[in-house]
Amino acid sequence: MSTKKSVKKATKKPVKKAVKRPVKKTVRKTAAAPAPKRAAAKSVPVASNAEFMAHAYAMEAEAAERYAEFADSMEVHNNLEVAELFRKLARIEQIHADQILDQMGWKHSPLSSVNVRWEGMEGPETADPTELHYLMQPYHALQIALLNEKRARDFFANLAKVTKDPGVRKGALEMEEDEAEHVRLIEEWLKRTPKPDANWHADQDPPVLSD
Amino acid sequence: MSSPAAAAPITAQAFKSDYKPIWCPGCGDYSVLSSFTKAFAKLQLLPQDVAVVSGIGCSSRIPAYTTCYGFHGVHGRSLAAAAGLKLARPDLTVVVASGDGDGYSIGGNHFLHACRRNVDLTYVVMDNHVYGMTKGQPSPTTEPDWDSKLSPGGTGLRTFNPLVIALAAGANFVARAFAGDPNGTADLIAEAISTPGFSFVEILSPCITFRPEQREWKQMVRPAAVTYTNDAARAARRIMTDDGMNIGVLYKGERKPYQPPIGKGKKNPSDLETEFAL
Ligand SMILES: Cc1ncc(C[n+]2csc(CCOP(=O)(O)OP(=O)(O)O)c2C)c(N)n1
Ligand code: SF4
Ligand SMILES: [Mg+2]
Repeated sequence: MSTKKSVKKATKKPVKKAVKRPVKKTVRKTAAAPAPKRAAAKSVPVASNAEFMAHAYAMEAEAAERYAEFADSMEVHNNLEVAELFRKLARIEQIHADQILDQMGWKHSPLSSVNVRWEGMEGPETADPTELHYLMQPYHALQIALLNEKRARDFFANLAKVTKDPGVRKGALEMEEDEAEHVRLIEEWLKRTPKPDANWHADQDPPVLSD
Repeated sequence: MSSPAAAAPITAQAFKSDYKPIWCPGCGDYSVLSSFTKAFAKLQLLPQDVAVVSGIGCSSRIPAYTTCYGFHGVHGRSLAAAAGLKLARPDLTVVVASGDGDGYSIGGNHFLHACRRNVDLTYVVMDNHVYGMTKGQPSPTTEPDWDSKLSPGGTGLRTFNPLVIALAAGANFVARAFAGDPNGTADLIAEAISTPGFSFVEILSPCITFRPEQREWKQMVRPAAVTYTNDAARAARRIMTDDGMNIGVLYKGERKPYQPPIGKGKKNPSDLETEFAL
């Protein structure tokens, strides 16, 4: 059996030499750091409305799965407040995914999520795991969520622009509006959430022995 | 797309156990775990038909987090256990999870001979250029000038090139993947499993705790510019002249896997007893 597939569409940044920087001497502040740019998802091959909705489903399901993984990771590190927040985000994304199934009258998506491929390395709404930090605070988690919602909004906006299928364009515009609403909600949520102080990542007993 | 009315396919979720992984938040190994489960789902395998075998290290924790048969073995000895299992139970899909310390230091000798024997296994090494579990010692793939408290000024030692060594030793499939590309990595693992013989998948999997600078890998990796070759010498030349950031299948050969006939030389327990009688 051959499962030969052409290999991805990773970033097309210029070649750099292997990283050889020394280890940082303090616990690295990461949770609030801006995430790297992801390749804009301009040309995900969606030729029909059903295919479009299957991709939209995969995007939400992948986002839900990633937040659930983050919640588990935070729970294991006893950061229960952030774990609960990620759990909540996972639930919200799963509700969005389930709404797509309902809308289409599907029991499950006709496009297995293991076969969905994006133009970038991951779906537009999937959070970047390297943004996590065991001492991160709810504010950081919401910043991650905000970035994902913005990427999702831009993804649909782009798709609406490039698609030749009127049904797909209509669906993409609706999704863009939904995602823009999520952006607004998270921005509101962030306003109500305390900002971490500059030392949020300080640890008296850091895990990095060599520091 | 399949028809929405068709029976639900096996999903990646079916391969995830209830244990919550114990890795640092942000560790690349989370994504590799997800790629394992996606690859199994992609091939529509069943958990009871797969065995995940490992050695010791953060990367070697993977078997516990899957619903497949699992064996968390001895440091550097995962390939010995996996080869024994595959030869005794060729019906199982055997996938081995390892790290650069487990696979190239203490397990280096087993790595060579596993490539040479060409048993039908898939060997996945999560390479973070460090011993993560034991808190940051340099491994055979650590850059010679990587400066840390445990290796002041760097080791000064030349790095080991696992892909070229695998080719020279006879591996039948060689690929490089990146943990930050879980779907692409799942494709490569699935292809490795589907290719008969010893398949080696080296995954660049950042250790964000001891090698935080590896976060930059996501800006550096790119798909290999050319498709794979079945000429080991050409593949070796390509790998030796790239910068270690090309991902994809790099070599695929046609060697017949090693699989002695089942049952040959099998002894019943009383025969064994006589053999060991004093
Ligand atoms: C026989 C033996 N020697 C040494 C060790 C200590 N030890 C545990 S994990 C490890 C290195 C693991 O490094 P790697 O395989 O790169 O895994 P990572 O933690 O980086 O994923 C060592 C040396 C051991 N467990 N057993
Ligand atoms: S020490 Fe490194 S390899 Fe181990 S879990 Fe943490 S980040 Fe991952
Ligand atoms: Mg390692």
